[in-house]
Amino acid sequence: MAVQSSTRPRAPRAVWNDPGLRGVLYQVLFVAAVVALGVLLVRNTLANLHRQNIATGFGFLGHEAAFGIGESLIPYSPADTYARAFLVGLLNTLYVAGLGIVLATALGTVMGIARLSSNWLIRKLAQVYVETFRNIPLALQLFFWWGMLRQGAPSPREAWRPLPDVFVSNRGVSFPVPSYDPAQPWMLLAFGLGIASALALRGWARRRQERTGQQFPSGWVGLGLVLGLPLAVFLAFGAPLALDRPQLRGFNFAGGVVVSPEFAALLTGLVIYTGSFIAEIVRAGILAVNWGQSEAALALGLRSGQRMRLVVLPQALRVIIPPLTSAYLNLTKNSSLAVIIGFPDLVSIANTTINQTGQAVEGISLIMMVYLAISLTLSAAMNLYNRAVALVER
Amino acid sequence: MADLAHDVPLPAQRPPRASAGIFGWLRANLFNSVLNTILTLAAVYLLAVAVPPLMRWAVVDAIWSAPNGQACRGDGACWAFIGEKLRFILFGRFPYEEHWRPLFVVAIFVALILASCDRRLWGRRLILLWLTGFVAVGVLMWGGILGMTYVETELWNGLPLTLILSTIGMALAFPLAILLALGRRSHLPAVRAICVAYIELIRGVPLITVLFMASVMLPLFLPTGWTIDKLLRAQIAFILFTAAYLAENIRGGLQAIPKGQYEAADALGLGYWQRTRLIVLPQALAMVIPPLVNTFIGTFKDTSLVIIIGLFDLLGTVNAALADPGWRGFYVEAYVFAAAIYFSFCFFMSRYSQMLEREFNRGYRR
Repeated sequence: MAVQSSTRPRAPRAVWNDPGLRGVLYQVLFVAAVVALGVLLVRNTLANLHRQNIATGFGFLGHEAAFGIGESLIPYSPADTYARAFLVGLLNTLYVAGLGIVLATALGTVMGIARLSSNWLIRKLAQVYVETFRNIPLALQLFFWWGMLRQGAPSPREAWRPLPDVFVSNRGVSFPVPSYDPAQPWMLLAFGLGIASALALRGWARRRQERTGQQFPSGWVGLGLVLGLPLAVFLAFGAPLALDRPQLRGFNFAGGVVVSPEFAALLTGLVIYTGSFIAEIVRAGILAVNWGQSEAALALGLRSGQRMRLVVLPQALRVIIPPLTSAYLNLTKNSSLAVIIGFPDLVSIANTTINQTGQAVEGISLIMMVYLAISLTLSAAMNLYNRAVALVER
Repeated sequence: MADLAHDVPLPAQRPPRASAGIFGWLRANLFNSVLNTILTLAAVYLLAVAVPPLMRWAVVDAIWSAPNGQACRGDGACWAFIGEKLRFILFGRFPYEEHWRPLFVVAIFVALILASCDRRLWGRRLILLWLTGFVAVGVLMWGGILGMTYVETELWNGLPLTLILSTIGMALAFPLAILLALGRRSHLPAVRAICVAYIELIRGVPLITVLFMASVMLPLFLPTGWTIDKLLRAQIAFILFTAAYLAENIRGGLQAIPKGQYEAADALGLGYWQRTRLIVLPQALAMVIPPLVNTFIGTFKDTSLVIIIGLFDLLGTVNAALADPGWRGFYVEAYVFAAAIYFSFCFFMSRYSQMLEREFNRGYRR
């Protein structure tokens, strides 16, 4: 800034050379151009809609939907409103995305660690998995799995049985679930109690270690509490192990839980595709931790499990969380591909609605708002977690 | 010193037998701990169970030629289906006797992609090369001149469509993405806000909704009486969608430029656009080439979604080929074939991007 102390007197600056004023002018012009474009598009749209006799506004949400939905988590009939149909679609989207995120994380973590294994065969197998599924479009994979389940799988009478009481047929995947028993609510309660007491135990053990230096195996005892308490309740009720098994009745299975081919194909495709990306994220995260950190941990005398848990993983998580967040968001957005195999997710139901009512603008803006809300919520949650694992600096 | 001349080294001892040769390798890589031994045995068992039936299906029992679908049913794969439908899967409903044109188009694209990998060509020459390539592709696909019959865009199917949508989408998204990235880094709050809103809105919604919007809402946006080609609608959707993702890549490069570069440009008396064009962008863009290649791979895979708005790209022609009543049910063969095509493009490009990344990081590695 000392440059300004030149000997020549400064000429008065022209108004149009003032950077501040210029900035304001540019912004006004830019905003005016954007607004003008917006107004033009809206006017054209309204004129076109008027010409085609299409109603505007969200009033259609209260009308009767008059189309059936294959699978729904809440009661739904064609006599219900469009709003309820959208809700069904939204719940289906959230259901498949939530389940997909959990399973893809598990698969991706295992495969990411397998890619770093000292075992050559395991390393190569994991690499083949990652390279294959990452480089094939998800849409193609979905068609493939759907074709396998819809056409490749046999009829219910000759269903495949990969596990006892699990049946794969062209009507979907049927598997047994425990039938209702009065012990179950109590077991759930015991499970919650186990988690709470394990957390309390961990806090106590940490405080004691800080005070006295003595360690306490809080991890193992905590695991024992979380699993042991429900088990104790289970045994106290006389171990009621009744299963609701799927059974062939006529042309289809009754009992158990049936997953439609569409849902099974969508979930399989999403998990396998996203898992290959998560594997790479996990691998890169672990590799990003400097080897010197591991050497330092070894020098301190930590065992290999402790080294991983206390030194490597906390630092790897910092690298992993941001790309993992976008992998989760991608999975959620990719669940919209359900529309190509006919699973009734939000986009698929909005598509039907648009075809019936012609109200494309409203339908598409609804989908966009919902996905934006999901994206923002998910990234906010992941950012909170990220803050918890972030480097604490001065 | 003279003593040293007599210090003849002893002949090297052979390594212990268990740590050299094939046994040493096996021991070090497959059986170096109890856990690894178990894992190796489990993996070998799984491979032994899965691979032979797969090979039997794909090669031994496979049927390589058959007059029709009925004659092709057996225990193995029916590769005759691919042979029968090869030209339809690759080029779709493009006039049959004109198939040399889309074949040329694919060859041009492959040549252009290979040429882009040569770093000596990077710069103005490569842009010129691509522009020439696009003109040639347009002439070959549309025809109507040089004695070639006119072919409407409805009939542009299969692999050429996939390549056109992805490369033109990328090429035209690029300038838009640069502007968006610069806008996001701008000091003018209104410009920044609008760019951020655009980027985050597009990145927050699935590609399918953008495609829907382009196919359903774009015609509504136009003044009454105007129509817009279906292919063009999809192309616009891809440009708008890819631009948001590219803009974020480029922003990463912009953020990595040290402040000193801006100050040096200011000290030289360069204006904003001169500074951006001559100092900032050349450095920023060179830095983000590997992520740009990754975005291109994503766009290439995403083109398979255009089937939902009724365009027949490679996946669309595969599905259409499967609908032939004479050749029903060979979907595994068909999808494996399409997957192989997608895979070879994507795998090549991802390997190339990894190689670039290694080369760019060479200076920073110890």
